[in-house]
Amino acid sequence: MRARSRRLWTFSIAAMVLIAAASLVVFAMRETADLFYTPERLAEDGLPEPGQRVKIGGFVEPGSLEYGRDALIRFSVVDDSPNRLAVAYRGVAPDLFREGSGVVATGSFDPEGHFEATQLLAKHDENYVPREIKHIEQPGT
Amino acid sequence: MTELGHFAAFLALAFALASGVSGLSGRREAAASFILGSCAAMSLAFLTLVYAFARSDFSVALVANHSHTLKPMIYKLAGTWGNHEGSMALWCLVMVGFGAAGAVRLRTGRAAFEARALGVQGLLAAGSLAYLLFASSPFTRLADPPLQGASLNPLLQDPALALHPPMLYLGYVGYSFVFALAAAGLIEGRIDRTWARSARNWAMAAFVPLTAGILLGSIWAYYELGWGGWWFWDPVENASLMPWLIGAALMHSLIVTEKRGSFAVWTALLAVLAFLFSILGAFLVRSGILTSVHAFAVDPTRGLVLLIGLLVYGGAALALFAWQAPRLKGGPPWQAISREGALMGNNLVFTVATATVLLGTLFPLIAEGFGRQMSVGEPYFQLTFTPIMLAALIALPLVQAWAWGRARLDGAWKWLAGLAVLTGLFWLLGIGPLDIPLGAGFGVALGLWLVASSLVELKRRAIRLERIFRLPARVWGMSLAHLGLGLFVIGAVVETSQRYETTLDLAIGEQAQVAGWSVSLEDMRLIEGPNWEAQRADLVISRGDSQVTLQPEKRFYPAARMPTTETAIHKTGTGDFYAALGDRRRVDGELRWTFRAYYNPMIDMLFAGVIVMTLGGLVAVAGRRRRKAVADETSKAAALPAE
Repeated sequence: MRARSRRLWTFSIAAMVLIAAASLVVFAMRETADLFYTPERLAEDGLPEPGQRVKIGGFVEPGSLEYGRDALIRFSVVDDSPNRLAVAYRGVAPDLFREGSGVVATGSFDPEGHFEATQLLAKHDENYVPREIKHIEQPGT
Repeated sequence: MTELGHFAAFLALAFALASGVSGLSGRREAAASFILGSCAAMSLAFLTLVYAFARSDFSVALVANHSHTLKPMIYKLAGTWGNHEGSMALWCLVMVGFGAAGAVRLRTGRAAFEARALGVQGLLAAGSLAYLLFASSPFTRLADPPLQGASLNPLLQDPALALHPPMLYLGYVGYSFVFALAAAGLIEGRIDRTWARSARNWAMAAFVPLTAGILLGSIWAYYELGWGGWWFWDPVENASLMPWLIGAALMHSLIVTEKRGSFAVWTALLAVLAFLFSILGAFLVRSGILTSVHAFAVDPTRGLVLLIGLLVYGGAALALFAWQAPRLKGGPPWQAISREGALMGNNLVFTVATATVLLGTLFPLIAEGFGRQMSVGEPYFQLTFTPIMLAALIALPLVQAWAWGRARLDGAWKWLAGLAVLTGLFWLLGIGPLDIPLGAGFGVALGLWLVASSLVELKRRAIRLERIFRLPARVWGMSLAHLGLGLFVIGAVVETSQRYETTLDLAIGEQAQVAGWSVSLEDMRLIEGPNWEAQRADLVISRGDSQVTLQPEKRFYPAARMPTTETAIHKTGTGDFYAALGDRRRVDGELRWTFRAYYNPMIDMLFAGVIVMTLGGLVAVAGRRRRKAVADETSKAAALPAE
């Protein structure tokens, strides 16, 4: 094969692979991207589709934390607006999860509009605050 | 002492600059002496920091913030690099260390090239040292030293994690020397077979510790974090995966450049990119620009300086590249079906896979640029990264016997038929006694197929079985790496598809069922350790006749005011029964505890696969050094009669 046709061949294969990969990436991003909401944003935009995976971020409202059977945890997420969102989660809470702490909950709304979390991310270190909620002022401070 | 260290670090900076200037002006011996001097000075500076940690000298701000007298000595020492400033000091030490190793070991017979490589390394080191001294100095004293330190994050008090940063940095920073070699080669306009032969040693010297470092981090996350998994597609993890993927592509493209002289432009580009991705990794981790589940106290200004460094180094290297790439020569012609073609396919897959990881990792930033906070997680990576890598795994056994220049396709159908038969077998087993989905059956078949093909390739290269131990070390290295990859694939597929996970909520005396085991909480106790107190559960698990007590703990470190989770793991031979203690709750007046319980089948196979890959790299590095020694001896012997 001559150098020119080899180069042509190389580039066309590479371009095909790149196009395939790029479409895969775009498809995957559309399918799997999780929108992030604060309680304020939820109040403005309205609830997302039931079943769609989203992230809710804010602070655990002091006095709202309740435990139930079968590892159930209920609490409200608040931000610096008057809005709040009730969250139900079944599972083990992160080590630094407590009333007043920052939290990002991943989960979805059911058709009745209740939010059920499948994962809780609390700050992981005394000095670390998840980036999404950095700009929210912590209530009571 | 620390002032001496501070002074020594300035000296190291001056020496690094001097080696940069003398190296780039072509004086090899001067550059070598300066970089050796820089390495000596930086070693001294680093030792004074270690000494301050060993002595718990709280008048040093770094020690006061990150150490504690109650900490075991080994973790006091490891605390030196368990924080931002200390880890940057380690970064600088490794960088001048690689420069010093290059001053001693880089012998290509072309002094001007070596001088330039050492010079570029000197400049890179000078940049890092300036960053260390002016933007994140570990040598700062406190006017009013506290009586007690603020402790190291207790999560980090773990042997795997004490070793994880040094290993990772050997890898990241190792690529700085590969970068320097590429820059020197580009300046001279010579990226040829001789260049590739020496660059391959250094690329391997970075790739092996990088692999080991990622492995240690993954093992640590598995044992320490209590989430039962080994990879979470977290930005901090992806930050180390990207240089690894580029490094893997570079390993393969260097083979073509060394053996045939082809791919010179591409190889030089990868050599530059490997280090740029390492800096990008440091930037992502240290700037806190992305939300990570891993603990880092972050500082955006430091991130900015790293970003500027990335742009300066990257811009300079790519400009040099654009200027000189047209002058680089290619190798002999080759056909699509050839070893060159196969290795090009490998490179295409690894770079495209890197791009998908990069896009997924930076996605939150891209989305925010469009005004919306969004993120992608594991599902994104499973949809993109996994199928792309799958293509390479399926192709590997087909193409590894292809010859240079032009190869024949016969026999390919046998391999494909073998894979299909194996998959069918697992599928049949899946319908019957074992409950395996088709995808997982295919994955296991693929892993076995990789293991078998790497053994077959070893035999093919040896021609006769008894000659197998006389094969060159790099052939063994390659076969071990591919064999380890196969083991890893089997472990990863089985673990990911067959993992069982659940949350338990138990009061003392209650029982539950997990993956065929019955689990009962017998007792909860408070215990005290050297610098922590803990709640410890007695969790009795039984299946058939076997009965084991697991004791997961929740520790509290008063000095850091921080709880940690200590998992308890029972190895069953085929997998791990894994339990982590959650929180204590009072429900309807009754005390209850939650647990995360997992059954992780074949998780050891997965880690063992990566260990075998690392060993393959070690064998190849050791073998190349020995071969070089033998070659030197032979040339000396040949020279003797002429005297």
